[in-house]
Amino acid sequence: MNRANTVIITLAVLAAVAAAFWLLLAAPALTGNEINMPVGVTAQSAIHYELHMVILKICVVIGVLVFGAMFTSIVLHRKSRGHRPAEFSHNTSAEIVWTIIPVLILISMAIPATTALVKMEDASGADLTIKVTGFQWKWKYEYLDEEVAFISALSADSNAARQLRSGIDPATVDNYLLDVDHPLVLPVGKKVRFLITADDVIHAWWVPDFGWKRDAIPGFVNEAWTLIEQPGTYRGQCAELCGKDHGFMPIVVEALPEPEFQAWLAAQKTRSQAEAQTVASEWTTDRLLERGRAVYATHCATCHQEDGGGLAPAFPALAGSPVSTGPLQENIRVVLEGREGTAMQAFGDLLSATDIAAALTYTRNAFGNDTGDVVQPRTIAETTQH
Amino acid sequence: MSSIAAHESDALRMPDAQADHKPHGFLDRWLFTTNHKDIGTLYLVFSLLMFLVGGTMALVIRAELFMPGLQLVEPDFFNQMTTMHALIMVFGAVMPAWVGFANWMIPMMIGAPDMALPRMNNWSFWILPFAFAMLLSTLFMDSGGPAAGWTLYPPLSLQTGPSFAFVVFAVHMMGISSIMGSINVIATIMNMRAPGMTLLRMPLFVWTWLITAYLLMAVMPVLAGAVTMLLTDHFFGTSFFNAAGGGDPVMFQHIFWFFGHPEVYIMILPAFGVISEILPTFSRKPLFGYAAMVYATASIAFLSFIVWAHHMFTVGMPLEGELFFMYATMLIAVPTGVKVFNWVSTMWKGAMTFETPMLFALGFVVLFTIGGLSGLMLSIAAADLQYHDTYFVVAHFHYVLVPGSVFALMAGTYYWLPKWTGRMYSERWGKTHFWLSAIFVNVLFFPQHFLGLAGMPRRIPDYSPQFADFNQWSSIGGFLFGATQLIFVGVIVHCVWFSRKPARARVWESARGLEWTVPSPAPYHTFAEPPDIDESMVVHADEVSH
Repeated sequence: MNRANTVIITLAVLAAVAAAFWLLLAAPALTGNEINMPVGVTAQSAIHYELHMVILKICVVIGVLVFGAMFTSIVLHRKSRGHRPAEFSHNTSAEIVWTIIPVLILISMAIPATTALVKMEDASGADLTIKVTGFQWKWKYEYLDEEVAFISALSADSNAARQLRSGIDPATVDNYLLDVDHPLVLPVGKKVRFLITADDVIHAWWVPDFGWKRDAIPGFVNEAWTLIEQPGTYRGQCAELCGKDHGFMPIVVEALPEPEFQAWLAAQKTRSQAEAQTVASEWTTDRLLERGRAVYATHCATCHQEDGGGLAPAFPALAGSPVSTGPLQENIRVVLEGREGTAMQAFGDLLSATDIAAALTYTRNAFGNDTGDVVQPRTIAETTQH
Repeated sequence: MSSIAAHESDALRMPDAQADHKPHGFLDRWLFTTNHKDIGTLYLVFSLLMFLVGGTMALVIRAELFMPGLQLVEPDFFNQMTTMHALIMVFGAVMPAWVGFANWMIPMMIGAPDMALPRMNNWSFWILPFAFAMLLSTLFMDSGGPAAGWTLYPPLSLQTGPSFAFVVFAVHMMGISSIMGSINVIATIMNMRAPGMTLLRMPLFVWTWLITAYLLMAVMPVLAGAVTMLLTDHFFGTSFFNAAGGGDPVMFQHIFWFFGHPEVYIMILPAFGVISEILPTFSRKPLFGYAAMVYATASIAFLSFIVWAHHMFTVGMPLEGELFFMYATMLIAVPTGVKVFNWVSTMWKGAMTFETPMLFALGFVVLFTIGGLSGLMLSIAAADLQYHDTYFVVAHFHYVLVPGSVFALMAGTYYWLPKWTGRMYSERWGKTHFWLSAIFVNVLFFPQHFLGLAGMPRRIPDYSPQFADFNQWSSIGGFLFGATQLIFVGVIVHCVWFSRKPARARVWESARGLEWTVPSPAPYHTFAEPPDIDESMVVHADEVSH
């Protein structure tokens, strides 16, 4: 075969391999599905996106060249075409070249990768600090120095639809599995520092539009930061396997312009002060039961189930359980301190005294547990203070 | 069959007296066997069985993920499936399969009569069925199987019920089996090579297994230590990994991945070896850069010990640590690149034919390279803050494991099956198996890259409808890929019991190496007398001949 033919075939194969790559990477987008990493809404996420695109392009070029050479050889150097095998078994200069060129590519790649990482690790000069705590299976957000804190869990709509064979079409649920009851509200244009930890097992806090995820680890406080540039609602999920409902603890961030954020923060403070005052007052049984039912649905029913029947073997029933129908003090202790080595959390860190009192009142009177006990918020508040 | 040499003679056939001393009786033959070929067969059959069991679990996962919403299984059982699928595939399918290849081929490739430690060889296999029976039995226990992922991260893994003790003990037994297997491989290669089979004349498969065996010896005890600490944390009140008791949950991850990263090379290095045997045979040309291949393998093995924390870029390491592990990980691309370039150069200007082993080897080179390139992307720590724990990672490691390790296992099976059985497999069905596997494995795993980049975390039983389309593709690909593997089983069964086409001693036209100098099927005892090795018999004589 003459040299011109070889060149033509080589070019044709290269073109075919490049077209195959293009098809593989671009065509799925035509179906209307997202196929790439989001650019996001922070400078950092844009940097990570750029890094991703550069390394992806380098990989595609390497792939086209390697596969191009390989398929050219497959087309040309086959026995059925009568090609006679050459006998060479090494070529020192070629081997040196294809060791050194990758090293140079890697060095050129390492430079932007290093600067991006250095930037990511610099959480200094923050305007606002949020403590994020992962629980099985919800997030707690605390605005440090602002005395605002709340729990954020999967929204009721998604929670109903995600039960096994619920009969509810997920397509009819707004933001299925990516919606929460209380989103984290953050200001736009301010550097926000996150202190991330966990109470029980390891979780990971991830909003793709911010460009990073960070593990939430019991006993550790990890630092991360963001500076959101556009107002909007940004959604993410827990990214570290954390037990049966790992797929059901989303993250929603609402980014507001600074004045609206301040107004929201002020409203939250007023609300939490009002809530604190109710602890001292005497609650009626009906109010406690009503609130208790709601608290139970959000925080307890995932494991102990709506009807108090539990989910054997890991999650015991509350209906007729020796704890829920036994001595009240022991029941309070279990709820406040949790049970080591099980998924039963220490709710003393997680819920207000009022919520715990309401939930206890509810569980000690619902599901046929007719103990008649009424637990007042101040009882819980006094217990936790000791 | 153009590739079977027509001029093959039977001159190399062993004397009949040496050909067969098989014990009679099923138990004597299989339970008490100390014969490397029988033990190799046991390993291979066992791993095929585990491949089907682990594959079935993968199909449960893909069925649940076929559409949004939970249709089939509770989330906790889903997590048991992902955990068990990984444990079974890693420890039950891929690793024992490579030990099976080592048993069958290493003595025949270096001219040894058997493995160095035959009784230990028997034991190291027969531990495995008990280990996996115990592991699988946890699925039927009250507290259920392990559901914290194969990485067994505490504190989550410590929430497993009493069945956790069985998981830990099963992992111990697998580790003991692997360590005994690797001691045997090292002892055999170091002591039992035929005169003239110098280290730098050994086939690449023997080299890669030698290095793999050292990796195994170094890291399996580390895994055993890690799971033992989990055991005492769970049952005896220690606090190795419990922060409330002064322990450190992140320390477990460091220890686990100090084992876990070399572990992934344990699964891929023998694959590099098999591919380096097959490509020269069907290209009719010596392996390009034999010495460079050996050094690249050793470099990869060395680097595998200093990159572990790239699995942990999101745990909150200090910046200096992240930079070190990023640079070290990027470096792996260099020796891996050398391997791929050398394989392509081996094909270059050869005279290729495309029998089934060659097709699988070519599929390996292309698809493993795709997995390697996505691995390079993952090494960029800042970008990994997005990739980490998403389906992009799932796509990456399945590309290197399925069309990587598993394709190499299949390539090796087709390559040596005629030597093992003395009969030819059906080339038509072998090729069908290849093409369907190659197509469906991409339908199965390629869309997972898109899912991960678009934001789908891994290890979730249900997902937002925006991820529905690609999950559906992936599930369809998964079911078809799974069904295709029944063809593989069919081809093997046909070849072992029904094929009428005898295999020559040198099955493939230009195959080189000592294993092709013994008849097909390989007699029960080979190389009772060390062979006289001349240049034409060894695979890589070029390095020492000039």
